[in-house]
Amino acid sequence: MMMIFAIIKGLWTTFIHLFRKPITVQYPKETIPPSPRSRGRHRLRLDKNGLELCIGCELCAGVCPSKCIYIEAEENDPNDRKSEGERYAKVYRIDMYRCIFCGYCVEACPTDALILSANYDLTVDSRRKFVWNKEDLVDPPETRTDIEGYYIGWK
Amino acid sequence: MLQSIFNDTFLYLAFIAVKVGVTISGVMFSLFFVMWFERKLIGHFQVRLGPMRVGPHGILQPIADGIKVFLKEDLIPANAHKFLFILSPFIALFTAIIPFAVIPFGPQIGSWFGKPISIFGHPINWYITDINIGILYAFAVSSLTVYALVLAGWSSNSKYSLLGGLRSAAQMISYELSMGLAVVGVVMLSQSLSLVKMVEAQSQFPFIIMQPIGFIIYLIAAVAETNRAPFDLPEAESELVAGYGTEYSSMKFAMFYIAEYTNIVTVSALATTMFLGGWIGPSWLPPIVWFSIKMMVFLFLYVWLRATLPRFRYDQLMQFGWKVLLPIAIGNIFITGFVIAIINK
Repeated sequence: MMMIFAIIKGLWTTFIHLFRKPITVQYPKETIPPSPRSRGRHRLRLDKNGLELCIGCELCAGVCPSKCIYIEAEENDPNDRKSEGERYAKVYRIDMYRCIFCGYCVEACPTDALILSANYDLTVDSRRKFVWNKEDLVDPPETRTDIEGYYIGWK
Repeated sequence: MLQSIFNDTFLYLAFIAVKVGVTISGVMFSLFFVMWFERKLIGHFQVRLGPMRVGPHGILQPIADGIKVFLKEDLIPANAHKFLFILSPFIALFTAIIPFAVIPFGPQIGSWFGKPISIFGHPINWYITDINIGILYAFAVSSLTVYALVLAGWSSNSKYSLLGGLRSAAQMISYELSMGLAVVGVVMLSQSLSLVKMVEAQSQFPFIIMQPIGFIIYLIAAVAETNRAPFDLPEAESELVAGYGTEYSSMKFAMFYIAEYTNIVTVSALATTMFLGGWIGPSWLPPIVWFSIKMMVFLFLYVWLRATLPRFRYDQLMQFGWKVLLPIAIGNIFITGFVIAIINK
């Protein structure tokens, strides 16, 4: 007998839920903006003069627990500077397949060159496209010095 | 003379064939809507949206699913009984469709907004045939579905399939009794086994008012008969993978799927005919529209139950069927007979 009341109560509950607004987000069409500090894809920043902030110290590569960062550093040519410091990263490569988005690389970075942006849209149509070189990582010019709110580690 | 008989017979047969074709294609077409309706409704019950991408609000989703399942690889297990394995989906679909031969979708003299319609001087009746044991035929034929499920379970040569088939056999036989007995009350009230006569007997008010207990028993037994939640033990995914359908793939699986939904439409149509007054309704809508609306109400109940109730345990299922539903159904017959006897005196 108690079962019948329980069933009617359950039916009433589901009936009310039928008229609630669905909570579904139609993802590619509509998105919920993530927190700016969330750890999305990597960005390599440039300074005000368009020079790379990265000085090729390889601290990020050293601290990376999944060993996904590969750097070849080179001395700066004084006539054609790539960065402020003595050296710059000739090759800066991140294997996004191995990256676990822990953010240690960003914390280790002494010049705040590397940041994690809030962009989590990491979809590609080929496996090869997930190995990112410097040209994939350097910020577009319009956001080159803005680190307001980005994840730059606990500094 | 002979010529005219031949002509008449030929015309008659052609007429029947066309009607059968129209009914089957109509039912198949309505299945697409039923599948979409269920998915959409269950989505909103769970505060989701349901299918949204294929067509406006996902209305073409069942067609996309159909194309997908048609293009899938058709697999027959190595140790399966090949003949029965292939035969059983056909039995399932066949037994699911043929009850529609007796279901009246509208009155004998067809009308559309009050105007009678006819072809070659023949008035159109909104049913294929009106045999005087219509309800008996419908139940007899739809209970053959159990053969399909048992044969599918056995011929697959897989433990999950076999258990699913056995469960469905036990469940369908148990609940068929209650289902049949729930209908006896309606038969007593309408004094006929013909479905058309039953609807005509409800011209004043539907039988659900006089037979509420019968309707509830029929509803529960119908859900159990069609192996739907909360009685979906034969295909309980948590313990039996997919029950009798485990080894099936591609179009054979789709045929079981279509058969399941056709059975749902069948029992909804029978419930509409017997309890909800069939095509009868105010004349500002055509009879077939009233029939569809009433069927939709029953289908809504179906989805509502699925969205609410968890699956029964096997012993609960048997206990409920034999110790609760069957005595109530028999009691209902006694009370109905008693009341009819008093009124007629």
